[in-house]
Amino acid sequence: MKSNTFWAWLIVVLGILYFFVPLLATLEFSLRAGRPDHFFSLVAYEKALKDPAFLKSMTLSVEIAVFTIIVTLLIIVPTAYWVHLRLPRLRPVVEFVTLMPFVVPAVVLVFGLIRIYSRPPLAFTYYTWSTNLLLVCAYSVLSFPYMYRAVDTGLRAIDVRTLTEAAQSLGASWATILLRIIFPNLRVALLSGAFLTFAIVVGEFTIAVFLARPTFGPYMSLQIQNKAYEPAALSIISFALTWASMGIIQWVGHRAPGQVQVGGAR
Amino acid sequence: MSQHSLLTGTQHETRGAPEARPVPLKRRASWAWVGVVPFFVFALLFLLLPTGFLFVGSFQDSLGRFTLDNYPKLFRTLVLEAYWRSIRISFVTALGGGVFGFLLAYAVIMGGLPRFVRSALMTFSGVASNFAGVPLAFAFIATIGQAGLLTLWIKDLFNVNIYDKSVGFTLYSFWGLSLVYMYFQFPLMVLIISPAIDGLRREWREASENLGATPWQYWRYVALPILLPSLLGTMILLFGNAFGAQATAFALTGGTYNLVTILIGAQIRGDVLRDPGLGYTLAVGMVIIMAICIGGYTWLQRWTEKWLR
Repeated sequence: MKSNTFWAWLIVVLGILYFFVPLLATLEFSLRAGRPDHFFSLVAYEKALKDPAFLKSMTLSVEIAVFTIIVTLLIIVPTAYWVHLRLPRLRPVVEFVTLMPFVVPAVVLVFGLIRIYSRPPLAFTYYTWSTNLLLVCAYSVLSFPYMYRAVDTGLRAIDVRTLTEAAQSLGASWATILLRIIFPNLRVALLSGAFLTFAIVVGEFTIAVFLARPTFGPYMSLQIQNKAYEPAALSIISFALTWASMGIIQWVGHRAPGQVQVGGAR
Repeated sequence: MSQHSLLTGTQHETRGAPEARPVPLKRRASWAWVGVVPFFVFALLFLLLPTGFLFVGSFQDSLGRFTLDNYPKLFRTLVLEAYWRSIRISFVTALGGGVFGFLLAYAVIMGGLPRFVRSALMTFSGVASNFAGVPLAFAFIATIGQAGLLTLWIKDLFNVNIYDKSVGFTLYSFWGLSLVYMYFQFPLMVLIISPAIDGLRREWREASENLGATPWQYWRYVALPILLPSLLGTMILLFGNAFGAQATAFALTGGTYNLVTILIGAQIRGDVLRDPGLGYTLAVGMVIIMAICIGGYTWLQRWTEKWLR
């Protein structure tokens, strides 16, 4: 058994190296921005954070993420609830549709969106606000698989029918049932779905760049082409955001490790 | 929830609350479908119509008449090269990421390591598989780019510049890009394959040991046949995962490395071939390959679940 453990440790160490070396190199690089005699300097972070374009792009990304989460919640929760309660035969169809974003890569989706929505009668891309709206809709579609799965798992864990009937017999309306019974019972599932969506949207590049919106992804890409140290600081910040989102998902879920959700903008 | 359950949807069916049956109210049931209309309208507008538009467009010429002329364009050298490269890079990183991810998951679950190592690995994998695109590209530039930390270390320690002609390494090449893709490939393998490894029961090993099987025989005749569909399925998923990737390669090479996703991007911008017809057929080809991957994964995963109940 001793040699088994040795091999196991060896592989784990290799994995740790693969995981951490690029991060450490980026961190080291981001701290090199000062004068050569200073090994440790936060100049890159200072510069990156002080750039007005950074704040703008980050604000836009966060706003779009928040709207995406709201739209996805408003569409997915009632649908999943309704399918559970009334239309279980539709479940395979809904499941299939929510899985389609895995089959349609982001670059293909944005291609189709541009072709349809950049000319009358649906010229979304003519104005900034409507392009942002289109971006929110595209991201909502991307987050369907994660949100639907999270909500569906949550719904399976509670007795939807009894809760609904109890609320109905007490005279609750559908809105009351959804907002005051179903949403609170799905708290954990909704929060993990929301933070995963957040992590995906804030770093997304492909769709944003083709819709020509200056969100955080395209901003960072521009920085890589033009600057040396700032992008390192931005990468570390972006990594910290991903880590924080995943951390919150695990923390709210109190789940067993390993039940982390997977997504991302590749 | 992992992508494992995400894609199959069958994992949870044996647990939890009993399935909700339709509320037996005939009067309302006839209008029940109205409740899912917003979902389907949204999916239609922002997912099905755009994809369908590309499909229809791939059979039209510039004046909107029916034609099959767009498909032969897929056999142009540039296009074939893009597909072939995308396929090779997806294959290599699916295989490499799959094998390494499996070894890592197996080492942590079965290797007799302390429990905290496992939970740490799972958390790291969750983060790493979500860490892709622009920041990932930069992290590798800082690591083994021309002036990367590792590049400089190797130069100092072994007096070898890996960017020298004699070594011939560059991050902006096939192997460089593969190395970067591996960063999100192997953690995804760890996340998806772990439940399958957990499903290997201790009794099976004990039974085969009692019958005098060597560790190799246990592997060859018990564990591997059980894990094989799962391993294959997950690697197919990894293949699709790399095949659809665009942001990482674009950020790394600025769109000069010829992959299918990059080529489609070039059609959108209209800066290379200015041929929407070709763009549509490229997209359709891509969707077909992705559909085969996701379908194959789902099918193999269902197969596995028969065993791992």
